[in-house]
Amino acid sequence: MLAHLPILQVIVPLLAAPFCLILRRALLVWLFALIVSGSAFLISITLLQQVLASGTISYDLGGWSPPWGIEYRIDKLSAYLLLIISAISTVVLLAARISIQKEIPADRHTLFYILYLLSLAGMLGIIATGDIFNVFVFLEISSLSAYSLIALGKDRRALWASYQYLIMGTIGATFILISIGLMYQMTGTLNMEDLSRRLPEVAQTRTLFAAFAFFIVGVCLKLAMFPLHLWLPNAYSYAPSIVTAFLAATATKVAIYLLIRFTFSVFGISFSFTALPLQTIFLLLGLLGIFVASTAAIYQENVKHLFAYSSIAQIGYMIVGYSIGTTTGLMATLLHLFNHALMKSALFLALGAVIYRIGSAQLSAFQGLGRQMPFTMAAIVVGGLSLIGVPLTVGFVSKWYLILATIENGWWPVAVLILLGSLLAIVYVWRIVETAYFKEPAASIGQVKEAPLAFLVPVWVLVAANIYFGIDTRLSIQVAQAASQSLFGVAP
Amino acid sequence: MWILELPPFVPFFIGALFAAVTRGTLRGAIMLAIPIVSAIHLWMVPEGVYLQFAFLDYQLIPYRVDKLSLMFAYVFHIAAFIAILYSLHVRDTVQQVAAMLYAGSALGAVFAGDFLTLFVFWELLALTSVFLIWARKTRRSYIAGMRYLIVQVLSGVILLAGLLFYAAATGTLEFGHIGLEGISGWLIFIAFGIKCAFPMAHNWLTDAYPEATPTGAVFLSAFTTKVAVYSLARGYAGEELLVYIGAVMTCFPIFFAVIENDLRRVLAYSLINQVGFMVCGIGIGTALAINGAISHAFNDVIFKGLLFMSMGAVLHMTGRINGSELGGLYKTMPKTTVLCIVGAASISAFPLFSGFVSKSMVMTAALENDFNWVWLMLLFASAGVFHHAGIKIPYFAFFAHDSGIRASDPPKNMLLAMLIAALLCIGIGVYPAALYALLPYDTGYNPYDATHVLAQTQLLFFSALAFVWLNLRGMYPPELRSTVLDVDWFYRRLFPTAIRNLVATISKTDGALRQAFLARLNVCLAYLSRRHSGPSGLLSRSYPAGSMVMWVAVLLAAYLFLGFIRSV
Repeated sequence: MLAHLPILQVIVPLLAAPFCLILRRALLVWLFALIVSGSAFLISITLLQQVLASGTISYDLGGWSPPWGIEYRIDKLSAYLLLIISAISTVVLLAARISIQKEIPADRHTLFYILYLLSLAGMLGIIATGDIFNVFVFLEISSLSAYSLIALGKDRRALWASYQYLIMGTIGATFILISIGLMYQMTGTLNMEDLSRRLPEVAQTRTLFAAFAFFIVGVCLKLAMFPLHLWLPNAYSYAPSIVTAFLAATATKVAIYLLIRFTFSVFGISFSFTALPLQTIFLLLGLLGIFVASTAAIYQENVKHLFAYSSIAQIGYMIVGYSIGTTTGLMATLLHLFNHALMKSALFLALGAVIYRIGSAQLSAFQGLGRQMPFTMAAIVVGGLSLIGVPLTVGFVSKWYLILATIENGWWPVAVLILLGSLLAIVYVWRIVETAYFKEPAASIGQVKEAPLAFLVPVWVLVAANIYFGIDTRLSIQVAQAASQSLFGVAP
Repeated sequence: MWILELPPFVPFFIGALFAAVTRGTLRGAIMLAIPIVSAIHLWMVPEGVYLQFAFLDYQLIPYRVDKLSLMFAYVFHIAAFIAILYSLHVRDTVQQVAAMLYAGSALGAVFAGDFLTLFVFWELLALTSVFLIWARKTRRSYIAGMRYLIVQVLSGVILLAGLLFYAAATGTLEFGHIGLEGISGWLIFIAFGIKCAFPMAHNWLTDAYPEATPTGAVFLSAFTTKVAVYSLARGYAGEELLVYIGAVMTCFPIFFAVIENDLRRVLAYSLINQVGFMVCGIGIGTALAINGAISHAFNDVIFKGLLFMSMGAVLHMTGRINGSELGGLYKTMPKTTVLCIVGAASISAFPLFSGFVSKSMVMTAALENDFNWVWLMLLFASAGVFHHAGIKIPYFAFFAHDSGIRASDPPKNMLLAMLIAALLCIGIGVYPAALYALLPYDTGYNPYDATHVLAQTQLLFFSALAFVWLNLRGMYPPELRSTVLDVDWFYRRLFPTAIRNLVATISKTDGALRQAFLARLNVCLAYLSRRHSGPSGLLSRSYPAGSMVMWVAVLLAAYLFLGFIRSV
């Protein structure tokens, strides 16, 4: 049983999705999905323990040994990502039942859970597999279900946003597929381990450069890196709240995982960082992304839009950490993956609670909410502080390492820019705080009650995690450090 | 004894919580009890490092007790008690809670054993104190508070940047001596300097303090700058640069203070002047000088608090604070007058008042270490203090021409608070040994020898003579309704105007260019619409997705191009 965990991690949610159709009753399906996601979470914990204790796990699918068969390969990086994704998915699902009652028509509830589980299975599959074509398959599974999830939104613009995401996501996936095809053509193998050995032989061919360029553009589209981020704000804003909370915390993280996995483990560090002036380009685009998106966030009138833009800015921080190209820099990126997943899931879930009560995410509707929904608003404030990077929250930890990494490298102007970027975050978070706490409630909105416990519990679990991992950083730092060192091939 | 390890900011923060939920007499009782209980607790705490825990790769020490921190903690407790007593009649919950949090943050900062904890309390000081300014609820105070907040947060961000560099360079965050070496030393120095109101960075103080509420100003005068003085004393003792900065700080505010009309702004200037003496003492860095700086900080909190309280009482009772509108109040406010004069005598360093026993230490240290010019500047500054704070404040408020205002003495709690402060001023002045026993170094200094007493008395005498003579001849700058231009004119008037003009020019050019461009675009669109029959589809629907794909194409082309260049 324990030996089969790598495949169980993926196959359990994948098979559970069609099984939901048999259950039909929404409540049962919810409980079932929760159990499935929870067991995926438990599996990921066990996997992480195994990897930390005894090193990388390789699992041959169907008993075919690689490179002929498909290999599932769990190293520290993938175990870390599996943990983040399955944990966030489980906590978010806790609030799903109550949230979709008001946002999705009753006859589509079962459909929602099926898509949710498929999307989860797709993301877990991308991370677990060691085969690049398998990556593409799971990428399509997770993306197609994500498009449909977004299209479930109550707002009619959801359909349009989903369509745009579909177009862009498909272009991205196609580019990745082209890249995979080119690599296959040059080496005749699809296994990552095998590729990493064979690619250096053909490193100087134009085909490989083309494959690399297609991959980078495709994956940057998926992770919404500036300036390929245009699909993200609408997709996040018009999707149902639960979907936003889930996707914002996981989807872009998986894309960043792909970027790291391909550049470090498939193309190899020496090729990836010399084929293109990747460091310079990513540093510039990352910084631009931080400033453009943070500034855009300041001017948003819809809080969902605001946090969506802030997500793009946070991706900018991760890209900057990646572009530094040192173990500390990559560690900062990995830490921020973890931390940003915690912040954004807490924030979007709390927003879901607000939407549940007042039916709108417009900033003007937040007037006076500080008094009417004290626990929900307090959660948004803590999440916002974490976003800014205030000490004692997780946001501080990752910014700290990011800045340390830039200083270590002697890039202190970048350190200053990162700090300035945080000041922009203060502004957009302050706008929410000011509206909620210092303005009288609008007369048109009557008495608003605090969100139900079904919302408050998961929201505060995530908020508590935001604070807990901001103080006790052993887990996140230990794993991120070990993963980053092993990617760079440094003995821990 | 876990209770010994309880940092003193905790009771204050708990007190703030109680102050938020209780009202009336109960709240007053709780708020008064907290500094007393906390002070008794603090009295039992011996020196030594207490709390510490690991965070990231660093050792954090949120609570570290040594003589330097204890000294500041004692006076902060005294100041908090007096100020709370003084503001007991205030019903505004926001103000009371903010005041408790503010005092707690100051205590947290002086016991911080590492930079990160210091940074947290540094920002908390800014965030909590600004509510004491906003609580006046005027448009002016809101804007002044905003400016204050921006400067204070900026100082915090610079501190954060500095400590990041410090951690990267040394691998530790422990807050000890820093010195002006490397970028981290300078950044932290600038951060401390802003909060300490160094020349050119002092405007936040004179701008915001006079806009605070009568009670809020008393709190403000006690904590923020003293925390900065403490930090300088710990991090930069003996840096010669500080001697000169301090000397400038003692002198330049005098000119502004003499011509300023708002009496609380006069006090704000004299606050900078007094902080200058402390900065100077820290810069000299000998045991005597450091002792002088710290004890002067101790005394300054009390006598400056007393002066702010007496002016607050005037403002509270009359609603006015400009020297030109006041005068003759001694007839109806005799008690306030007497108490104000005690404060004025202390700040002017009259023998037998508290200012004398500490200020003379700094001046003696300056002489002993051959800073003769600095000594002269300090001497000039002492005379100047007597002018603007010692004579001007009581004279224009309570004597001078009779303004016809007949306000009575303020409520009992205000009087009592002022009385306690006044008694402390006199007590320390008469029996300085009690104060000296608390100081970090034992120097055996005695202020009451013939030289000190004679020199100071002469100085005061001639200074008073100058004031009388100038006033009789009508040459003393009269109290006029006026606005004094300070350095802040640059960022409040010059820069905004310049930027506005620049923006106007740019937007004009930009507008013209846009017009031209739009005209071209319209021609193109007209052409396209002829070709495609209906531009609406082109602009409204397909444009966004198209622009995204365009970016994809641009990036792909760029990457391919760069890749091919490399591969050749």
